[in-house]
Formats: sequence, C-alpha cells, structure tokens
Amino acid sequence: MQFQYVLDNFVSLFVGGLVFGAVYALVALGYTMVYGVLQLINFAHSEVFMFGTFATVWALWLIGADTSTMGVALVLSLAFAMVVSMVTSGGVALLLERVAYRPLLKRGAPRLVALISAIGASFVLSEAMGLRGAIASALGLESVLGRYVARSRENLGLPTDRTFTVQFEIFGYGVTNRDIIIVVAAVLMMVLADQFIRRTRTGRGIRAVAQDPETSSLMGVNSTRVIQITFLIGGLLAGAAATLYMLQVGATRYNAGFILGVKAFTAAVLGGIGNLRGALLGGFVLGIAESLGAGLFGGEWRSVVAFVLLVLILLFRPTGLLGESLGKARA
Amino acid sequence: MLLEVRDLSVNYGHIEAIRDISFDVPEGSVVTLIGANGAGKSTTLKTISGLRKMRTGSIFYDGQDLAKISPDKRVQMGISQAPEGRGIFPGMTVRENLEMGAYVRRNRSAAALAPDFDRVLTLFPRLQERIKQPAGTLSGGEQQMVAIGRALMAQPRLVLLDEPSMGLAPKLIQQIFKIIEEINAQGTTVLLVEQNAAQALRRAHHAYLLETGEIVRSGTGAELAGDPAVRAAYLGGDI
Repeated sequence: MQFQYVLDNFVSLFVGGLVFGAVYALVALGYTMVYGVLQLINFAHSEVFMFGTFATVWALWLIGADTSTMGVALVLSLAFAMVVSMVTSGGVALLLERVAYRPLLKRGAPRLVALISAIGASFVLSEAMGLRGAIASALGLESVLGRYVARSRENLGLPTDRTFTVQFEIFGYGVTNRDIIIVVAAVLMMVLADQFIRRTRTGRGIRAVAQDPETSSLMGVNSTRVIQITFLIGGLLAGAAATLYMLQVGATRYNAGFILGVKAFTAAVLGGIGNLRGALLGGFVLGIAESLGAGLFGGEWRSVVAFVLLVLILLFRPTGLLGESLGKARA
Repeated sequence: MLLEVRDLSVNYGHIEAIRDISFDVPEGSVVTLIGANGAGKSTTLKTISGLRKMRTGSIFYDGQDLAKISPDKRVQMGISQAPEGRGIFPGMTVRENLEMGAYVRRNRSAAALAPDFDRVLTLFPRLQERIKQPAGTLSGGEQQMVAIGRALMAQPRLVLLDEPSMGLAPKLIQQIFKIIEEINAQGTTVLLVEQNAAQALRRAHHAYLLETGEIVRSGTGAELAGDPAVRAAYLGGDI
C-alpha cells in the first residue's frame, strides 16, 4: 500500500476521480430514471453510451477536425460532436424502447423477460458496431462508408488534439482545461435534467408514473409517452457523457460500453436506484473512491475498490446512499 | 344520458369479475353502485376509466363509444376518478397532487387553475393548511380529500369516486358525503362506488346492487334502502 504516494498526490487523484465520476454520474442518470418509471434495469444503456462515443469521433471526422484544429474551432468542433453524440444516443435509446421493451410490456411480460431482452439488445447493439465492416460489405456499402466501417473491432481514437493546458493549480496539482470542461459540462447537464424532472409538466408526469403508474393514467398521463421521454433523456445524457469520456480517455471500441455501463449502474445503486440526486452522488463517490483506491493499491485494483465499496455501503444502507425513489424526490 | 354501460363483462385473469352489467348515469345525477367486497365495483370504475379491458359490451359517454379511447383521452373528455385507496402521490406536495389532476388541461397557467384551486380549497379548507406538505404525511381523511380534490381539478363532467369513505372515522364519513352532495350540486355528475350502503343510498338518485359481478337490484336510492333483502345484507339487517 502506497500511503505516501496517495498523500503526495491526493489532489491529483481526487480531481481525476471527480472527472471520471462526472461521466459515471451522467450515465447513471439513465439507469436510474428508467428504473424509476419501469422498475427495470436497462442493461442496454451501456450500448446507448457506446454509440455516442463513436458518433463523437465520426462527427469530428465529418467536419474534418484533427490535431491541427485549435482554439475556438476546437471548442466548436467538440460542441458539435457532443450534439451529434447526444442525438445518436437519444435515437438508440428510443429505438431500444420501441423494439426491446414496449412490445413486451404491452403484452404484460414479467420484468424478468424484459431484463433478458435488455441483455440481448445489449449484445446485438455492441456486435452490430463491432461487425459494422462486415454489415457494410454485405450491403455493398463498404466503399461508400470507407473509414467509418474500417477495422470494426479495433480501437477508434479521438482525432483532435488531446494535449490540454494547465489553467490553474490547486495544492500543486495543475487543473487542465479538459478537467474543467468535463466537470462543468456534466454538472450543467445534471442541473438541466434535474430541473426538467422537477419543473416541467412532462417531468411531473415522469415522477407520477414512478410513484403510481395506475393513478397516473387516471390523471391522464400517457405512460407510453412518459416512458419514451425517459429513455430519450437517458440517451441524451449518455451521449453527452460519451463525448466527455472521449475527451478523457481518448479512444473507444465496440465493447467499450460494458465496463463503463457496469460502473455507472454501480453508481446508480450506490446512490439509491431510482433517485436522481443519488445517481449523481453515487457517480462522484465511485469515481473518487476508484481513483484514490487505484493510487493506494495500484491501478489494477481500481474496479475491486469500486465493488468492495458498493458491497460495504449496501451492507449498511441497503437502499443506497440516498435511498429514496425517483418518485419520492421532492421539488 | 351521460354514461351508458351496456352488457359489460370484464375478466380478471381467467376469472369473470363482471358479467353482463348494464346501467345508466344521467347527467347531473348521483348514481351509486353498492355491494360487498369483490362484487366488481372497482373493476367497473377502472373499466370506465380505461384501465381494464372489456371482454364484451360497450360503454358510451355522451353518446360516444369509449372502446378505442385511451385512458388519458377519457380524462380529457371529462371523466376523472378518485381511485380506491386514494392513490395519492406520496412524494408530491398537496399542491402538486392537485396540479396532477389538471395534467390533461390545455391551459395550466396559475391563472387558469386558480378558480379550480379555489373550488377545491373551499370544499376542503383543511387542504389549504397542508398545501405545501408532502401528501404522504397526511392523515387518511386528508388524503381522501386530496384524491377527490385532484379529480375535480380536471374539470370533469363525470367524477368516479371509488370507496371515498373507506377507512375513515364516522364523523369524517358524514363530512365526505356532504361534500359529495355539494360537488353534485355544483353541476358535476357523480358515480359513486361504496361499501357503506346506508350513506350512499341516502344520497343517490339511482342505485345498483352488485353481487359477484352481476347487478341484482336497481332503483332509486330510497327504493333500495327500503328493500328488505338489501336491508338484511347491506344495512345491518334490522328487519
């Protein structure tokens, strides 16, 4: 155990954890919101995220952004990539709801069946991305799509420059513009989502369905629509997270959603599944704990620390840190 | 006729919950369905609201067949319900619960809702004191007030009340029934489902007795209240 190392680098580890935690938290919101309205773990949410990472890279290719893109142009390019990523992930989430869930729930299938459907959809989406080259050639589109479908099973890197400049120092740790962008963008998204749920009519409909679906129908809430919008919001947030993840990590691949999805789901459970603010807290706690744990025991212990923390917290607080459901969240 | 139910049958799984029932609710009236637990009263209301599928039969509201109309559209058309067990949203404040009642209305500005808030808070002054409290922290009687008030916020022509007296103290029951009369006097048609037959029959213009999914008696409230069989089974059996 490297106590001295952790002490010496505490701020750096903490900020690193905060940045990763922001990404976890954004993805965790999608898990927790869908759970709130359907009592269902949307296991394919990790793939919704993964599609966003690809959309980010492709959007940058499309507008020709590369390592020579700097300054305002770079910021605008990344903003564009984030919008494309959000739209893509939102679309995948909507598709998922339409194809993998709604037909089942309409026929009154048990939740377990929907869960299996979710796992199946997750594999389908992930492999569809991993086999996009083969799919394109089967359709005769390989030459049209070119590099977008080349080397389907390999890593895909962010094309823009990833050397970030230190903006200011806290206790000897240089906070870069990347750290700032990620945390600020993530927090902004969270505030927007939170306000949407609390202030708007649709948001109130979402809370009502989470608390009592049958009575919500009696109030005239169209639950199909509420469920759809919940998936959409989850997708948009995952798309935003995907672009931030690419800034942080720099590369993605067709199965990149899996581990991140498991972590984000862990964050949602840690905070209290069904609870929006719980997902945020869970994301940040998980990110920071992982980062400090990795510093203490070595990088390969990162995930072990995360899951041991989950077990410990659930042992003492079985409903998570803020074990209150989405429905009961107050305005 | 505001509501016409014709030969309605509804299954609950494989069990027939209601069998071939027909009844009418004239505009401006109070109609009650009485009967024991499990007679199919709540199922009838849920089917009118569109939460249960009908197996056979039809429901006409204001001359329109409701068969293909979704639950939210039915609320828009003017049918609202205070469900059995109140079904309040525990984590929302009293105000938010009442606002949920107005969910389908096109204009939900504070100004548009103000007269309805006034109406509800005049009927239930108690809720004024509790307006900012989470509804889950209210007493049973207060929750019932929220449920009825919420149903009124939709500006319904027909309000369905499912067991409003359930689990309330006798004094509160009196009060709730008085308020139901008042709601009716203000022009809202009421379809009331009750186990508390004595109170319901006293207020109803028309009454139907349900037994194991079938209508076995009907008449004015007073007629049913005077019927020996009804008296024996539902009014304490003082013959």
